[in-house]
Amino acid sequence: MSTTTQLLRFITAGSVDDGKSTLIGRLLHDSKSIFEDQFSAISKTSEKRGMAAVDLSLLTDGLQAEREQGITIDVAYRYFATPRRKFIIGDTPGHEQYTRNMVTAASTANLVVILVDARKGVLTQTRRHSFLASLVGVPHVVLAVNKMDMVDYSQTRFDEIVAEYKKFAAQLNLHDVTCIPLSALNGDMVVDRGENLDWYKGPALLELLEKVEIDHDVNTSDFRFPVQWVCRPQTEEHHDFRGFMGRIEAGEVSVGDEITILPSGRTTRVKEIANFDGNLQTAFAPQSVTITLADEIDISRGDMFVKTDHLPPKVEREFEATLCWLSEAPLDKNRKYLVKHTTRTAKCLFSRLDYRVDVNTLERHAADRLHMNDIARVGIKTQQPLVFDSYGIDRVTGSFIVIDEASNNTVAAGMIA
Amino acid sequence: MKLVENNIRKHTFTHLDALESESIHIMREVAAECKNPVLLFSGGKDSIVMLRLAEKAFRPAKFPFPLVHIDTGHNFPEVIATRDKLAADLGERLIVRSLEDSIRRGSIVIKDESKPRNPYQSVTLLETIAEFGFDACMGGARRDEEKARAKERIFSFRDEFGQWDPKNQRPELWDTYNTRVHAGENIRVFPISNWTEMDIWEYIGREKLHIPNIYFAHEREVIRRGGSVIPVSHLVQPKPGEKVEVVSVRFRTVGDMTCTAPVESTARTVDEIIAETATTRITERGATRMDDQTSDASMELRKKEGYF
Repeated sequence: MSTTTQLLRFITAGSVDDGKSTLIGRLLHDSKSIFEDQFSAISKTSEKRGMAAVDLSLLTDGLQAEREQGITIDVAYRYFATPRRKFIIGDTPGHEQYTRNMVTAASTANLVVILVDARKGVLTQTRRHSFLASLVGVPHVVLAVNKMDMVDYSQTRFDEIVAEYKKFAAQLNLHDVTCIPLSALNGDMVVDRGENLDWYKGPALLELLEKVEIDHDVNTSDFRFPVQWVCRPQTEEHHDFRGFMGRIEAGEVSVGDEITILPSGRTTRVKEIANFDGNLQTAFAPQSVTITLADEIDISRGDMFVKTDHLPPKVEREFEATLCWLSEAPLDKNRKYLVKHTTRTAKCLFSRLDYRVDVNTLERHAADRLHMNDIARVGIKTQQPLVFDSYGIDRVTGSFIVIDEASNNTVAAGMIA
Repeated sequence: MKLVENNIRKHTFTHLDALESESIHIMREVAAECKNPVLLFSGGKDSIVMLRLAEKAFRPAKFPFPLVHIDTGHNFPEVIATRDKLAADLGERLIVRSLEDSIRRGSIVIKDESKPRNPYQSVTLLETIAEFGFDACMGGARRDEEKARAKERIFSFRDEFGQWDPKNQRPELWDTYNTRVHAGENIRVFPISNWTEMDIWEYIGREKLHIPNIYFAHEREVIRRGGSVIPVSHLVQPKPGEKVEVVSVRFRTVGDMTCTAPVESTARTVDEIIAETATTRITERGATRMDDQTSDASMELRKKEGYF
């Protein structure tokens, strides 16, 4: 593998009926990422179940607990690599709890592959997957029109589906949509182009996954550095050393830059930027670094460094957000919860429940409770101010999780409006 | 400290840079949010990578946690030597607890000395967690190793019995980790969840990490048993009719001596191992861990009992 291989995280949305597992199996198989012992294990299982050919979908088959109890565990991660890129697939099986699963997997994805069956075209679930992808702000979308072999590889049929999808997608906040006709079963346009889709001139799926431009998926303009850990070695050698450690979540920073520490608003200059290998002149997202400052200022975990001359984030105790409720226990408006946002955790309460969105029709409904899988617009008050951007600008500083203090469970995912 | 050119420009921010930064971020979250964390360190290649990541996360300070090794008594001597050397070189505190202690206490009853001790490791680990009151144990497990691991969270919550409940995992969104536990419970944290075997080797090469020499090809006495190559040791002796051969082998994993099989190889450098890893057609555990071949769900069952 070359030393400039990039990492791309993607998810697949679709059901078994759309050939999702077959598509992942095909991608792994044709890119030579399936090992012999894995292949022989699924061959044995296929045989045991009386199947004529090896069922590639078994590669994404689950655990004993899932088989015994007929449940699916939300996300499994799979890995493969080509000389150009290393890939992490977030695989979310099944129909149940789809919203929760897809939101979870999509939260870290650069790209989503939405599968449709060429015979059925754009369905309710296609709209649902696309809405969720836009909600979570997945930067790139691939509409994979699968089972082209079942419609005689018809270009007319593909064009119809693409036209319908583009009309629908225009209502959503999707920026980069590519439509690819393919047959996961026969391997056309997955890794190899095959011989049946000569009229299609765009990239095959793997080619797109290898080439899609992801450098600008993070906010590159406005420096954001949430302080994770304050390093004070208190040794002879580093007696006065006080380094602020964390990951640059957006933008870049250089030695000498004037920065503002939020929420206090104090300003100072960057004295040094360091990592284990030495001192740096400039560092950028998503590097993990240590920053030292020109002045002694009281700074702790949860504070955020921004550049003084950059677009400032908001520093507020009240804000609006879109919430995806993840817990079996419904939202109780009378209770206080915890919100964890970047490196800061604060008590919160839900001051308003504006409306719930039907993920299938995008219609808004009045709501006074939220159940698992509900998506809703809410008003939130926090005990301490949070330093945030809108999720549309920054997926890191615009997102938070909600924790139930009694159970310690993660009960919701939030995206700040 | 020397001033280095930051040549990691955006277009050359590689998968290893991305994985490294993610792992450092995870370790710092653990240090900041957990009261009494620990890093499990065995001297194997994954935990050696973890150690380097901890240096990257916390230097110039000491690690804000000790290292712990649960010694099965079935470890390769070269690995134990590396464990002790690395901990000493770094000046970090290493706590070793051994299965022998649990055996003496009666909490582990060994039926057959020559059988793998992995299943018992959980007992001593849980006893050690209780002894020190650890609330977070960082381990070097990877999701590409095994399908139970593929479905485990980076922050994997365990109940007071140390058990993993695969169907009751906390949702894990973005990089915002929920580290909260009640008293008596703990979390296992896997900072290198998203690394593959290949990433580990590339990182060992890039960082020039010192690893036990048994990872490199060497001549060794082995016997062939049930399709596997098994190293002869004081714990594994040939049965009547079995032939001892001397073969050039290397270990892809270095676990319990009685159930860790080497692979035939002539790779004597990290680069040669990377080349072999790129073309191998067998998974790491499939090739080397006999205890995982006993059942389709071996790892899942062990994890439910408190294994990390």
